Amino acid sequence: MSNQSVGGVAPSGFRLMLLRSARALRTPMPYLAFIGIGLWLGIYFLFNEYWKLFPFYKIPGPVEVVTEWVSRDPIWGTSLFTEDYYRNIWVSCRRIGIAFALATGLGVPLGLFMGWSQKFKDYTFPVLETLRPIPILAWVPLAIVMFAGFETPIIYLATLASFFVTALNTMLGVESIDESYFRAAGCLGSKKHHVFFHVVVPGALPFIFTGLQISIGVAWFSLVAAEMISGDYGLGYMIMDSYMVNKYTTMVMAMLTLGFVGWTTSAMVRVAGNRMMQYRQKALGQGGV
Amino acid sequence: MTANPNSHSGNSRGAISIRNVSKVYDPGGVNVRAVDDCSLEIAGGEVCMIVGPSGCGKTTLLNAIAGFHSISEGQIDLDGEMLCGPSKPLADQGADRVVVFQNGALFPWKTLAENVAYGPVVQGVMNKNEAREKSIHMLDEAGLSGVADKYPGEVSSGMARRAEIVRALINDPKVLLLDEPYRAMDALTKSIMHESLLEVYDRTKVTIFFITHDLEEAIFLGDRVIVMTTRPAKTKKIVDVKISRPRDYRLLSSEEFRVLVEETKEAVHEEAVKAFEAGERELA
Repeated sequence: MSNQSVGGVAPSGFRLMLLRSARALRTPMPYLAFIGIGLWLGIYFLFNEYWKLFPFYKIPGPVEVVTEWVSRDPIWGTSLFTEDYYRNIWVSCRRIGIAFALATGLGVPLGLFMGWSQKFKDYTFPVLETLRPIPILAWVPLAIVMFAGFETPIIYLATLASFFVTALNTMLGVESIDESYFRAAGCLGSKKHHVFFHVVVPGALPFIFTGLQISIGVAWFSLVAAEMISGDYGLGYMIMDSYMVNKYTTMVMAMLTLGFVGWTTSAMVRVAGNRMMQYRQKALGQGGV
Repeated sequence: MTANPNSHSGNSRGAISIRNVSKVYDPGGVNVRAVDDCSLEIAGGEVCMIVGPSGCGKTTLLNAIAGFHSISEGQIDLDGEMLCGPSKPLADQGADRVVVFQNGALFPWKTLAENVAYGPVVQGVMNKNEAREKSIHMLDEAGLSGVADKYPGEVSSGMARRAEIVRALINDPKVLLLDEPYRAMDALTKSIMHESLLEVYDRTKVTIFFITHDLEEAIFLGDRVIVMTTRPAKTKKIVDVKISRPRDYRLLSSEEFRVLVEETKEAVHEEAVKAFEAGERELA
């Protein structure tokens, strides 16, 4: 049977997902994405391996990188078939997981209170605004002085960067809520905590998730920077380490891996956001496919 | 002035007494008097329509009753109890006076049924299941049975507005405060909204305080139409609408109706011209 709904019963769950995927394949979107990636690889190949243009010939070409990547016996020691590769990915992902969870757990409540209470904002906003513009690289020496070992300073830096973005976006999210929702909640007999959980939190959610998308990107950025400076394992470390010993193929491999992993994590945040704000999906869905 | 004799409800609930109310705003050191010594008695169960030029202070009055804004002078009572007055310029917000907003304020993140159930649940008068059952029942009555579990963004503006009125009514309010709720609607939807509101009123006899720009709407729905002056707002003219209820759309083409519209239009037009000229002076 096809994915079409029968007798007006709307498909749901897995069938809805199938229906949507089938429809997505009928739009140009997935094909354009393939063409885009193909074009980019083609140009990379032409410049680098075919025409050998300056300065592209200095870096490893796509064929070289892919060959090494899928090799069971890699020349430079790292590929899809070595434990080392996955260990670096895993270590970075774990650090991001911890940092992102900490930043979200601290940043969202802080932002909610700042947006909700003018007094609280008056206390905290100047501090936040003073610390926020300090580039994350400027925090590196301090992080090393403050924490022992490799792990804690790196997580600290990634958390810090991500935290500022999340807190600020959450605050703006609360401030963006239309006054009439607060009034409506008031005249329906809400107490303060009702307003917080039924208006402030759901009302700020769209901004919170926009913030989380940015914040996970920022977390990766500062994580890799920290790993490059002082690290033990992780994708940033892998890039820096391969560079030091002239393993450029491994270096490019690590960069591309970072790209894919980063993309996956933002996609996960997006999916989580869409799940938590189904009303927006449904309102958009009114327009039909 | 006493209760409107035309109000045929005999309802003792929801009488609003506005006495000598003034409101002065002070943006940037310049006093702006939005409402000036305004007095108005609204009987329990009356449909009181407020018309007047834009920015004349109608909404200021509504905000004072609802407890959104304070008043500067005077006193407002509900059923003999002071809402706001000299000792307490800002009324408490409460579910005995529920507002239906100009642009609609159903929570977009809750379904229609959840929106309706919200009031009784947060007030602690019903548990979640009871509130849901009652919500579904009341949405049914309002002809919204099929869409109870839809989000406001998924239904038409007319349905959303009807659901918003249900969300107010489930609290059994003394007063419904409506601030141009049908302003952005097309004429056809509007007429359906009017009949649905009249149906609700005939069933509940709740006091209605209704702000509008639309004179036909005012006369079609109201027991009395209060024409306000341009800023600062005062009552300029009170039109008694002695047309029996229940009313339906055929009324719109009757002679009686046209006469009342003309009578009101003259008063409103005068104020609109004044407001326009005042606006030009401010700009000059």
